[in-house]
Amino acid sequence: MSDRSAAGSWREAIVVLTVLLASASPAFAHTQQGQAAGFLTGLRHPTSGLDHVLAMICVGLWGAQLGAPAIWLLPVTFPMVMAIGGFFALLGMPLPGVELGIAASAILLGLMVAREARPPLWLAAAIVAFFAVFHGHAHGAELPAGQSGLLYSVGFVMATGCLHASGIAIGLVHRWEWGKVVLRAAGVVVAAAGVYFLWSALA
Amino acid sequence: MTRRGLIVAAGAALALWPASAHAHLVTTGLGPLYDGISHLFLTFDDLLPVVAMALLAGLNGAKAGRRALFALPTAWLAGGVGGYLAGSAPLPAGVTAASFLVIGVLTAADRRLSPTVVTALATGLGLLHGWLNGAGIAAAGREASGLIGIGGAIFVLVAVGAALVVSLRRPWMRIAVRVAGSWIAAIGLLLLGWALRGSS
Repeated sequence: MSDRSAAGSWREAIVVLTVLLASASPAFAHTQQGQAAGFLTGLRHPTSGLDHVLAMICVGLWGAQLGAPAIWLLPVTFPMVMAIGGFFALLGMPLPGVELGIAASAILLGLMVAREARPPLWLAAAIVAFFAVFHGHAHGAELPAGQSGLLYSVGFVMATGCLHASGIAIGLVHRWEWGKVVLRAAGVVVAAAGVYFLWSALA
Repeated sequence: MTRRGLIVAAGAALALWPASAHAHLVTTGLGPLYDGISHLFLTFDDLLPVVAMALLAGLNGAKAGRRALFALPTAWLAGGVGGYLAGSAPLPAGVTAASFLVIGVLTAADRRLSPTVVTALATGLGLLHGWLNGAGIAAAGREASGLIGIGGAIFVLVAVGAALVVSLRRPWMRIAVRVAGSWIAAIGLLLLGWALRGSS
């Protein structure tokens, strides 16, 4: 066989192989599609809006300022009441003024941190719980189609809890005098951001 | 094309012929026992209530932990056999979500429960989820021995989880357990919402 005909034969073989490879069907190796996406969507959801992020971190900051038992009561209260808000949203029950409530939560929680307010424990828990309903309702019914509701919920709650934990961790600077000033300044910033969010919601 | 070239091309074509890879063993399985073990760790509907029960049992002391250690897997197996034999799970939507909502709330509240109450909760939880697992295995045409794998995995998980919680001495660690309970309760409530929305 000449070199030219051998090269032609190999070209034919390569063409055949390419056609075969190009006709390959997908393997569908992952049979439970959307599961990981549901978790990641839930994980991203509370961190996707600055209004949510600031309010939830502020819960942790306030808890750190108040000390025990508020430091654990507030982060335990928030996810459970937030889930009640999400539950109402999932059942289709409307909650008027959700965006206003979220903006107001940033203002009030920011002011509490800025003033280093020390209301009775039940009142602090009630304030946090009241606003948690708005945050939960806003997040509750936004699962994209085809994703796992359970894993979305797991990611959503975990992200919220981690934001509180971040707030508590930052709030540990409260043990130093300069830390107290920094926390109060942070409260002012959150309250000012809340005013902006309120303005945006009303505009 | 030469004879050798044709043989190579035909061999390569056969080797590369497209087909489902079955690379992940969800489709082929690991064998009933290992399927059961992996089921527990891959299925949040079952894993979360077991974790919550382990935390609750640990918060209520070593005696409650020891009772839950045996009550939960035993009840799970008994419920599983019942569900397998019945072959169906005629339970309303959201029952599983409600189960770990209850256990999560009790964990978050950290109210002292007697070992008898903890045992009763573990038994009820095990019977409920075991029944659903057994019915699911029967519906899928799999072997019932997968329940042994599930039961074994639950035993290990409760042993490690409850013992860890019992051993906690620092107050903030106990608080962390309660926060985990509140997360599980919140997930349960949201899942209940999903279930009710889906069934309406």
